[in-house]
Amino acid sequence: MYIAMILPTECRPEKQNGKPHINMEIEESFEEAPLHVMVFTYMGYGIGTLFGYLRDFLRNWGIEKCNAAVEREEQKDFVPLYQDFENFYTRNLYMRIRDNWNRPVCSAPGPHFDMLERVSDDYNWTFRFTGRVIKDVINMGSYNFLGLVSKYNESMRTVKEVLERYGTGVASTRHEMGTLDKHKELEDLVAKFLNVEAAMVFGMGFATNSMNIPVLVGKGCLILSDELNHTSVVLGARLSGATIRTFKHNNMQSLEKLLRDAIIYGQPRTRRAWKKILILVEGIYSMEGSIVRLPQIVALKKKYKAYLYVDEAHSIGSVGPTGRGVSEFFGIDPGDVDVLMGTFTKSFGAAGGYIAGKKELVDYIRVHSHSAVYATSMSPPVAEQIIRAMKLIMGLDGTTQGLQRVQQLAKNTKYFRQRLREMGFIIYGNDHSPVVPVLLYMPGKVAAFARHMLEKKIAVVVVGFPATPLAEARARFCISAAHTREMLDKVLEATDEIGDLLQVKYSRHRHSARPELYDETSFELDD
Amino acid sequence: MDTWRPPVQGICLPRSASGPARTGLSPSLTAQARGGGDQRAAAPAQAPPPRARDVTVPRHARVDVPVAFRKEAQRLTMANAAEQWVLVEMVQALYEAPAYHLILEGILILWIIRLLFSKTYKLQERSDLTLKEKEELIEEWQPEPLVPPVSKDHPALNYNIVSGPPSHNIVVNGKECINFASFNFLGLLDNPRVKAAALASLKKYGVGTCGPRGFYGTFDVHLDLEDRLAKFMKTEEAIIYSYGFATIASAIPAYSKRGDIVFVDRAACFAIQKGLQASRSDIKIFKHNDMADLERLLKEQEIEDQKNPRKARVTRRFIVVEGIYMNTGTICPLPELVKLKYKYKARIFLEESLSFGVLGEHGRGVTEHYGINIDDIDLISANMENALASVGGFCCGRSFVIDHQRLSGQGYCFSASLPPLLAAAAIEALNIMEENPGIFAVLKEKCRKIHKALQGISGLRVMGESFSPAFHLHLEESTGSREKDVKLLQEIVNQCMNRSIALTQARYLDKEEKCLPPPSIRVVVTVEQTEDELERAAATIKEVAQAVLL
Repeated sequence: MYIAMILPTECRPEKQNGKPHINMEIEESFEEAPLHVMVFTYMGYGIGTLFGYLRDFLRNWGIEKCNAAVEREEQKDFVPLYQDFENFYTRNLYMRIRDNWNRPVCSAPGPHFDMLERVSDDYNWTFRFTGRVIKDVINMGSYNFLGLVSKYNESMRTVKEVLERYGTGVASTRHEMGTLDKHKELEDLVAKFLNVEAAMVFGMGFATNSMNIPVLVGKGCLILSDELNHTSVVLGARLSGATIRTFKHNNMQSLEKLLRDAIIYGQPRTRRAWKKILILVEGIYSMEGSIVRLPQIVALKKKYKAYLYVDEAHSIGSVGPTGRGVSEFFGIDPGDVDVLMGTFTKSFGAAGGYIAGKKELVDYIRVHSHSAVYATSMSPPVAEQIIRAMKLIMGLDGTTQGLQRVQQLAKNTKYFRQRLREMGFIIYGNDHSPVVPVLLYMPGKVAAFARHMLEKKIAVVVVGFPATPLAEARARFCISAAHTREMLDKVLEATDEIGDLLQVKYSRHRHSARPELYDETSFELDD
Repeated sequence: MDTWRPPVQGICLPRSASGPARTGLSPSLTAQARGGGDQRAAAPAQAPPPRARDVTVPRHARVDVPVAFRKEAQRLTMANAAEQWVLVEMVQALYEAPAYHLILEGILILWIIRLLFSKTYKLQERSDLTLKEKEELIEEWQPEPLVPPVSKDHPALNYNIVSGPPSHNIVVNGKECINFASFNFLGLLDNPRVKAAALASLKKYGVGTCGPRGFYGTFDVHLDLEDRLAKFMKTEEAIIYSYGFATIASAIPAYSKRGDIVFVDRAACFAIQKGLQASRSDIKIFKHNDMADLERLLKEQEIEDQKNPRKARVTRRFIVVEGIYMNTGTICPLPELVKLKYKYKARIFLEESLSFGVLGEHGRGVTEHYGINIDDIDLISANMENALASVGGFCCGRSFVIDHQRLSGQGYCFSASLPPLLAAAAIEALNIMEENPGIFAVLKEKCRKIHKALQGISGLRVMGESFSPAFHLHLEESTGSREKDVKLLQEIVNQCMNRSIALTQARYLDKEEKCLPPPSIRVVVTVEQTEDELERAAATIKEVAQAVLL
C-alpha cells in the first residue's frame, strides 16, 4: 500500500507482467508486501504504542521504576529540554530492541570481526559487558565493499610510514596552514581515478554534502532532490537557502514534470525565472539498494539545462567494471555529471569525502567551501589509506588485485541476491547493488532476526522507523569482496532457517523447483 | 390586520417561505394556519391536503402567504409595529407605482446584482499555456553557470602547501619556519607517544570503521574515549563526533527546534552559525561579551513571554557562547552568564575548542578557569583537533542532556564513526594531559610573554586575552577597504614567512559570515615554542609591520 505510493510503477514490472520469473529482466524490484503483513505491522506498532502509554502512566504514578535520566533538581522549572512525546518512541519502542544497534566491535571490521558481549539487566536501559568476546562473527553490516579494511598487513606499510612521519592531526584548516603535500597528492589521484579535471577532498563524508551544496546554490535557485536522499544531502540543501522540491524515488516522470513546471512557471509568487536548477541524487541508495537511473537523468538534465549532483557514497568503488561508480556502470562520460561527490568511508576503508568535476567548479569550491575555510583538514594517515586503496583499484600497485576485488564483489552480489530471492524473501533494489535490503516489516521480527543471527555469529544491520517508512523495517546485508563463498553460504543458510522460523519469506514470486500451486490472489488469502 | 391581504402575493413570497422557520412555529401550528389560509386564498381545488413537512415547498407557500404573514405580524411587539407599517406602505407604493418605474428599478437591481457578482478587475487570461508556448519557454530558459569563474590569483587558490608534518618546525612552500599558525597548543601533533598509540591502533583495527556508530561502527576505543573524556571533564557523559566542525553544528539543532529561541554572541564562530541555521530557531544576537545587552534581550523575551504564557511554556531558551572566541581571542564572562541562566531559565551551550586543554589548572577549560560547577553548563562541546591534535570533536555534560544526541545528533547518527587510530591518539593525548598538568601553566606563561612583547607595535593592535593561545593582530587603522587591509596584512605574513616565522591570516567567507570580523593575523602559541623563538617572532612581526605599515 505504502510502497505503491512511494515507488514508481515502472519499478515493479512483475505487477504488470503477471507470472513472475527469476529470469525475467528485473532491473530493480520493489515487491509489495501482502496485505495481511501490512495490517499486522501496523497492529504491532499500535499495540506497542498502547503499552507505551500504559507504562508511561505507571511510571508517572511511581508504580514502575523510571530508568531514564532525569533533569537535575535545580533546573526542573526550566522549559523541558525535549518534549515528552519526542522521546515516547525512544523510551517505549526503541528501548525494547535497542540491543540490536551500537553493538561494540573490538577488531578490524573485515569479513570477520570480534564483538564485545554485552547483556542488559534492566531491559536495555543500560548494558553491562561480560568481559567475553564473541569471536569471528561474520560481518554483513560494514560497508567494506572491497574488503580493504583489515588489521595491519604489509600492504598498509605506507600508511604506517605516513603516520610515523606526520602524526594524526593537522590542527589547521585548508585555507590557513592545513594544506599538506599529502592532500595535494590525494586530490590529484582522485581526479585521475574519476577521469575528471580536478577534485578536492574533505575530512568527513557527511560534511562534504552539508557544507558544499550551499556553495553551489542559494536563494533563487531550485533544488530537485530524490525523496530518499541521505540526511547529509537534505541538510546541505536546507542550509543552502534554495527552494527544495522532492521527486519520487528514482521516478523520471516525476522529475521531468518538476523540471518542466519549474522552467515554465518560474519561482513562486515573483514568477522570476530560476537562476539555476540542481538535481541531487545518490548513486546507490543505502536503504533501498537501488541504483540511480543515471542515463535518463543525464538526458533530462541536458534537455532542461539543469545541473546534476551525484552522491556516490556507496557506489564509488563498488559498481562499474573497474569500480569507477555509477557513471562507469552505465557507460556515461563522467563529464556529463556536473558535480561528482563521494566518500572514502566505504570502499576505500578510510574516512572523508571528495567533490570532483571541472576545474572551474573545483576552484570555486576550493575558495568558497565552508569546510575548506573553517574545518580542520583530513588526517594524513587517513589520506594515505585512501591513496593506497585507490592505487590498488587502479592497478597502479602493479597487480590486478584491485580489479579482482571489484569483480569478486559483483560476483558475490549476484550470487547472494539470487539465492535470497529464490528463498522467497522480498528484497529491494538493483540486482547489481551490493547493498541488499531484506524486508521484514514487523518491528518485533526485526529484533528477533538480528538476535537470532547474532546467535549464529552473523552480524547484520537492521533498520526501522525513522530511517525507513514506518511499516517497512528491514534487514540490510552489505556484500564485500572479502566474503568467501563459504561465508555467504553460511549466512544464506542461517537466513533461510531464521526466515522460516520467523515466517518472513513474504515474496509471492517464490521461485523454486516446485510447481506453482496457487495463483497470486489465493496465495495471499491462504498465506 | 386580519382582513388585510397582501396585494401582490409574489412580493411577500420570500418572507412567508421563511416565515414559519423564523418565527419558530411548530409544524402542527403551521398546518393549522395553512388550513385556515386555504379557505381565504381561494386555492385551486386540486391543491393536495396540507402536510406538516411541506412548509417550505413554494407551491404550498403561495397558499400559506396571508396567514403566515398574519401570524407573524401578531407576534410583533408594539415597537416593531410602526416599522411594519412603513413596510406595508412601501409595498402599497410599489403597487401603485407606474409600470415604467418598476421596470427601471428592476433593471437597476439586476445591474447591481451583476456588479456584485462580476469581478471588479479582469484577471489575466488563465495561464493555460499551449504546448508550443511551454516548449518555447523551456527553449528560452538559460540558467546561470553552476559556478562563477574564480580569478586565478585568488589568495585561496594559492594557499600555503606544507610539506611534512605541520608541527613546531614546519616547511611551508619549501621554506622551513617556526609554526605560529597551527592550533597545536600542547605540541602533541608529533608526540612520539601519541604516534605510538595510533600505530598500535592501526595494527589492530586498520584505518576506517566502514559504518556509522549504530551499524557496527562503535568500537571499543570509541567507548573508551567517551569514558575518558567524561572523566577528564568530570561530567556524566561524553559523546564523540568524527569531525570537529560537525560537533557543535549538530549539537545545537538536536535540541533547539523551530520556535525555540537562541541568544548568541555576535562573535560566534562559523560552526555555531551553521548549527543555528540548521535548527531554524529564532536567533537573537547580543553584542560581543556584553552581558547588559544579553540581559536586555532576555528581559524583552520575558515580557514577550508574559503576554503569551502558553507559548512560553514550550519555548526553550538557549545561550550559545564560546569559551575563548575563535574570532576575537577573548574569553566569555561565564560567571555572569550562569547568573543570567538561572535568572531567566535559559540553558547554556559552551563551545570550548580553543579553551579545552588550555585554560584551568588541569586544562578542563573555562569552567575550571572560573571555578564554576560544570553541571551548571548544560552542554560543553569542543573539538579534538587543537589541543588533542587528533581529529573529531566531542560534547559532554549530564546524561540527561547528552544521551539525546545519540539519536538526534545528525552528524553522530548519519556519519561514519571516527577512525579508531584517531580515537586512540586522542586517548593518549588525554593521558599526557593528565600526567603533566604543569603543561597548562607553561602555555599560559608563554602566551603572556608574547602578548606583552607584541604590545605597542605602531599600526597593529593586539586583540585577545593575554592567556589565550590564539589571538589576533588587527590593523590599528583600516585603510577603508577590506581588500586593501587584507593585502597589507598578507604582506606582513609573507615577509614574516621569509624570515622563518609561519603565520596566517584568519580566513573567513566574507559573504557567509553573519557578522564579519575585521581582517587580522592570527598568532598561535604552543608549548613547544622556546622563549628565544617567542622573542624572535615578536621582534620579527614588529620589524616587518613597521616596514610594511609606515
